[in-house]
Amino acid sequence: MLLANHPLLGKTIAGDKTSSLTIRAAEDVARFSLRIDPASAQSAGAAFGTPLPTRIGGLVENGGRTALQLGPDEWVLLAPVAESDAIAEAFAALQEPHSLVDIGHREVGILVEGEAAALALRSAIAFDVEAMPVGSGCRTIFDKAQIVLIREDNNRFRIEVWRSFADHVWGLLQAVSREIALGI
Amino acid sequence: MLLIRCPYCEAERPELEFTYAGEAHIARPADPSALSDDEWRDFLFIRTNPRGRHFERWRHMHGCGRFFNAVRDTVTDKFAMTYKAGAPRPSDEEIALAASSVKEARP
Repeated sequence: MLLANHPLLGKTIAGDKTSSLTIRAAEDVARFSLRIDPASAQSAGAAFGTPLPTRIGGLVENGGRTALQLGPDEWVLLAPVAESDAIAEAFAALQEPHSLVDIGHREVGILVEGEAAALALRSAIAFDVEAMPVGSGCRTIFDKAQIVLIREDNNRFRIEVWRSFADHVWGLLQAVSREIALGI
Repeated sequence: MLLIRCPYCEAERPELEFTYAGEAHIARPADPSALSDDEWRDFLFIRTNPRGRHFERWRHMHGCGRFFNAVRDTVTDKFAMTYKAGAPRPSDEEIALAASSVKEARP
């Protein structure tokens, strides 16, 4: 995988005890962008092995495979790297017109964990991160970079960002975590 | 920063995620070749540019990616309502109703 060489992989911004904030690059995953008529979403879910969410922002996770709805006819699918080919083959057999694009090399995942996670993200995201329901996700803007933000748990967020923007996002998170650690 | 309600996401999102896309409800002529030059110019370039209530298109570019329509006051910059693309122009009563319900939700 191309991402095996990404400079962020394996990196961590460890907050100190008081800040209780940890930011690390997520392990590489397979990513697909799926466009399909919402009326056919059920058969697409059958091909993916996980039912697709039916509401924008909805997130369904099942056995390591995650489906997130970004738009009326747009989903992003995440799965372990090893299952990438199997998913592509399953969708190739799907009869309904659709488009499945492998975007695995386009993006980098960043995990933001800890009690101060929402505070850290709030520094560069304009909407109310605290009010975001657990188990939902959306596309938004982090500073100037487009990201997909997923709230996996109350204190755990996942950022999916284009690899060319990843350094920028990482640098900002580094600065913010320093401020939080110092209690500024 | 403005909060704009996306009718597809059904959520209030920051202005940063949106791009403006001009006046709404401008139908492309069914038979462009039958138009005179002046009529074609009017279709392409002449806009109402009102002071006050304005029907306009927006795109939730960094969200769901959809175009939708909005009713905004060009003086106060307040959004009265937003509605899906393709929906008819809302009546005055609908706009007043939507604007008052927004006020109740966010006093």
